[in-house]
Amino acid sequence: MSSVLCPDIPNSGFSFDNCARNATLEGKGFPVPKATKTGTTIAGIIYEDGVILGADTRATEDTTVSDKNCRKIHYLASNMYCCGAGTAADTEMTTNMIASQLELHRLFTNRTVPVCTANQLLKQYLFRYQGYIGAALVLGGVDNTGPHLYSIYPHGSTDKLPYTTMGSGSLAAMAVFESRWKPGLTEEEGKKLVRDAIAAGIFNDLGSGSNVDLCVIRKGSVEYLRTYEEANKKGKRQSSYRYPPGTTAILSTKTANIEVHDVSIQRIDTDLLMDTTS
Amino acid sequence: MSILSYNGSAMVAMKGKNCVAIATDKRFGIQAQTISMDFPKVFQMGPHLFIGLPGLATDTQTVMEKLRFRKNLYELKENRHITPTVFASLVSNMLYEKRFGPFFVEPVIAGLDSKTGEPFVCNMDLIGCPNAPEDFVVGGTASAQLYGMCESLWEPDLGPDDLFETISQALINAFDRDAISGWGATVYIIEKDKITTKELKTRMD
Repeated sequence: MSSVLCPDIPNSGFSFDNCARNATLEGKGFPVPKATKTGTTIAGIIYEDGVILGADTRATEDTTVSDKNCRKIHYLASNMYCCGAGTAADTEMTTNMIASQLELHRLFTNRTVPVCTANQLLKQYLFRYQGYIGAALVLGGVDNTGPHLYSIYPHGSTDKLPYTTMGSGSLAAMAVFESRWKPGLTEEEGKKLVRDAIAAGIFNDLGSGSNVDLCVIRKGSVEYLRTYEEANKKGKRQSSYRYPPGTTAILSTKTANIEVHDVSIQRIDTDLLMDTTS
Repeated sequence: MSILSYNGSAMVAMKGKNCVAIATDKRFGIQAQTISMDFPKVFQMGPHLFIGLPGLATDTQTVMEKLRFRKNLYELKENRHITPTVFASLVSNMLYEKRFGPFFVEPVIAGLDSKTGEPFVCNMDLIGCPNAPEDFVVGGTASAQLYGMCESLWEPDLGPDDLFETISQALINAFDRDAISGWGATVYIIEKDKITTKELKTRMD
């Protein structure tokens, strides 16, 4: 029994409330607008003792650059990261949700979660939505059986590969890998190779741009190199365009003061907090 | 034509030094026909928190009411004000729930963290992909023009007075090049101890 005072708990998952309205609008010549895409270059390789993931940092809405420094290497678990290309909201939300499922799985099994588990969760989720969730992913991680690298397509198919690329700049990046990847690369060689692959995407694909992010995953440690290289530095402005006060004509001003409550700071010793991670 | 440009709007939020500003136009029209010149699109969600909802006007109002409801429930449960970052997650999750039948709004959020006073600006696409940069965010039909204005006018560490001039000039000069936004503007400057609301004199054509 639901009432105003005691409403039903709403169903979880996607809501299709607006679909009929939006379809009507579409019929009247107002198509659903395009969401932010990360027309991306993402890449990953396996090197001698782990995995290196790389990504550019441009997000676009049609031809407008909507974010010049966005984060495309998403956290999944302490031994796993995932690069996302495609619809920006889908890659963000999908990886977030899988990350929490993996953490629950880790607490339940009390083991480091294998990378194939994350791959299976992601592909089953994406397959269920028939490709409408536009997330193209490069999943990399190290577990008890060694380093693993997967590429996951929006329809739910996956590849397990020693080196892979995704996104609109994937061809440029793959050209670099095809000519220079070999088994047993050192970490320095690997980082240089992934950097060059991402840079190839940044400079040759219009959907990719700005900086290079890297993430090196070894057995037992992760090095997230956010802005590993600023591939495109912004020039310094020659003069200031600051307007003198009073330039803008004002009709009315209203000031609302906010009472600042007493500021009290309670220190918490983080070591004493209950630690559920082992 | 896109449904996002059915009513017309222009919105921008900028970070300053210990302050943020959010500015909006005031037009409500149906395509080229102006209906109202005093239409609110920016709403206060806390002492230091504002959200702007440019896009389809009907969804502007629906989404604002849904957000206010969820924010109130949060504050009743938690017995504290919502922080801008938490509010941004709330908006993002609400919009993504409607991934396959979205609301036609592209939110712009501006606020100060009530504890640290840290400035926060954020915008989203219509399905809730958050973007929280270090400088400014824009939204609405004049967003291309606003990107150009902000990219050249904005500089780091502007005080509240300089920030007001910068954001006002960025907005006015952007929407003067957009036929379906403008007709007056409101600027909110959010500081730790006060909110200043200024109505701007603009072209009315």
